[in-house]
Amino acid sequence: MSDLTSAGTAIGGAPVGGDGPAPETPETGGKDHNASLWADARRQLVRDPVFMLSFLYVLVVGSMAAFPSLWTSQDPRACSTDRSRIPPSGDHPFGFDILGCDYYSHAIYGARPSMIIAIMATGAMVLIGGGLGLLAGYYGGWVDTIISRVMDIFLSLPFLLGAIVFLTVIKRQNPYTIAMVLFLLTWPVIARIIRGSVISGKDLDYVQAARAVGAGNGRLMFRHILPNAIAPMLVYATIVLGAFVAAEATLTFLGVGLQPPAQSWGIMISVHQVYFLEDPWLLLFPCGLLVGTVLSFILMGDALRDALDPKFR
Amino acid sequence: MGRYVIRRLLQFIPTVLGTMFLLHYITSLAIQFSGNPVRAIFGDRTPPPALLAAVTERLGYGDPCLDQKGNPCFGLFLDRMQKIFSLNPDFGVNLRLRPVTELVSDALPYTLKLLVIAILFQSIVGIAAGVWAGLRSGSFADNLVKISTVFLISVPIFVLGLVVREFVGVKFGNVLRGQEWIPEVISRGVFSPGFKPDYPLASLIIPGMVLGAVSLATTARLTRTSIMENLRADYVRTARAKGLANKRVIGVHTLRNSLIPVITFIGVDIGSSMAGAVVTETIFNVPGIGRLVTLAARTGESSVVIGVVTMLVLVVLIANLLVDILYAVLDPRIRYE
Repeated sequence: MSDLTSAGTAIGGAPVGGDGPAPETPETGGKDHNASLWADARRQLVRDPVFMLSFLYVLVVGSMAAFPSLWTSQDPRACSTDRSRIPPSGDHPFGFDILGCDYYSHAIYGARPSMIIAIMATGAMVLIGGGLGLLAGYYGGWVDTIISRVMDIFLSLPFLLGAIVFLTVIKRQNPYTIAMVLFLLTWPVIARIIRGSVISGKDLDYVQAARAVGAGNGRLMFRHILPNAIAPMLVYATIVLGAFVAAEATLTFLGVGLQPPAQSWGIMISVHQVYFLEDPWLLLFPCGLLVGTVLSFILMGDALRDALDPKFR
Repeated sequence: MGRYVIRRLLQFIPTVLGTMFLLHYITSLAIQFSGNPVRAIFGDRTPPPALLAAVTERLGYGDPCLDQKGNPCFGLFLDRMQKIFSLNPDFGVNLRLRPVTELVSDALPYTLKLLVIAILFQSIVGIAAGVWAGLRSGSFADNLVKISTVFLISVPIFVLGLVVREFVGVKFGNVLRGQEWIPEVISRGVFSPGFKPDYPLASLIIPGMVLGAVSLATTARLTRTSIMENLRADYVRTARAKGLANKRVIGVHTLRNSLIPVITFIGVDIGSSMAGAVVTETIFNVPGIGRLVTLAARTGESSVVIGVVTMLVLVVLIANLLVDILYAVLDPRIRYE
């Protein structure tokens, strides 16, 4: 689960730590400006109540996913059908589900698959999509042509349809295959963003200066161009985390995602949708958690964009 | 103009082939790594080997390259392409040997109606809300549109569909159905919790609105920013300076230019609407293409899923091509010559 916590800090923590681009500022020659972009962003974000609230919500959901035992001592698999659909009470704040399992602990344990899938898919997307975008933008020419055409092809496959086909055929619907197909069908979006910012950044004076003093391609890419291209990617990655949480639940709902013995919010919703009228809480708790998570990621992304884009100041 | 269209058409061919190959490759990989998909149809039972082999052959999974992990199966791909792009397009068959093309043509009218309702709803309400907010930047209307669209975007479409079906279709619909004076078309048609064959159009209105809801939020936001940007443009200032009436400045000069990105978005969005229709049709039990895909996916009939999705992807690609050409017609600045 260490990947989860580290990604958790990466989302909100990168501007806070500011350790990304800060060390290389001396070479870029934009020391004051560069350091102050992240420092300003941090100051603005800490003061933004919307950002702090959604950040807090994401932290709560993240800790549910990482350490479910912190939140509940119940076992979501200790079920007894004579307790089926008992409404919420003091001991069992979410009541019992159709099989008589404690619903609150199911909701807590259900955070994990969604978050794991979202983080794995986003991580792969940032690393591989970002890497390919960097290569395409930096080298240009035929490298760019090939990568861009491949991106076009991946983008013209609607992502939900592609995911349904793949998951139907593969039949092994576990977090890894779901994360893989989400990554596979969406990586070009990040690649396009990075490619665009690399192209606009690679001919700037400080890059020319670094090249003139003999910096190699790798150094130019990773120490000079990438740090300035990372802000839009960070914004998009935050929003996409929310989109992936929603996508996992949607695929599960359609019957091609996770399957019932597993615990996830999507399963909670799809199993109990027919009991909505008699016991609406069976649906409202998981829907609320899901919508809250997606909303928090989107609001955080919006706040990050406003904070990181100097045009909005 | 003509040269641009020809160039765009020429680019279209490799994109279609590439996308078809991508679809083919991910399904082949899935088959290679998880084994014959035909076994899923039999569930827990072990079919007699002869039956398994016969069904496998009939559904087109008999090619030996599907047993070699990582093999891109070019031969099979060429075969499929020849079948798809022939005079009698063949997208495979289902378990009862009905061709997928026939299944799709039965289901198509419902999906088309649903899409038309969704696009109408999304463009009328979305553009109206966007204009309303964009003209009054920073006002109550602006904030209302901004906040409500964020909420709309963050509700996954299946959650929205479920909630609407239960609250509007069942609860509110039951109240309406208890009243004598309300015509049946409204109480049993429009506000029914699912598709009703007796009211083929009326009972699609609410599912269509759910389908359009997510794109509606994006349409509204796009219109809003686009209007706000254009209001600051030089030509709008010129129009005002030469004394044109406000109505003309907004209606002709600002709005027409602001709608170009919106129209592009609505066109490109047809692809994700198709995917959204899978969810909406499943929830509201509409017998369209989307429900066909879900039912086939749930029973493991992968040949149907592959065939239908291939067809949908072709439709999406053609829609994108048309939007691109329309874009060049609408906006004289876009002529890549």
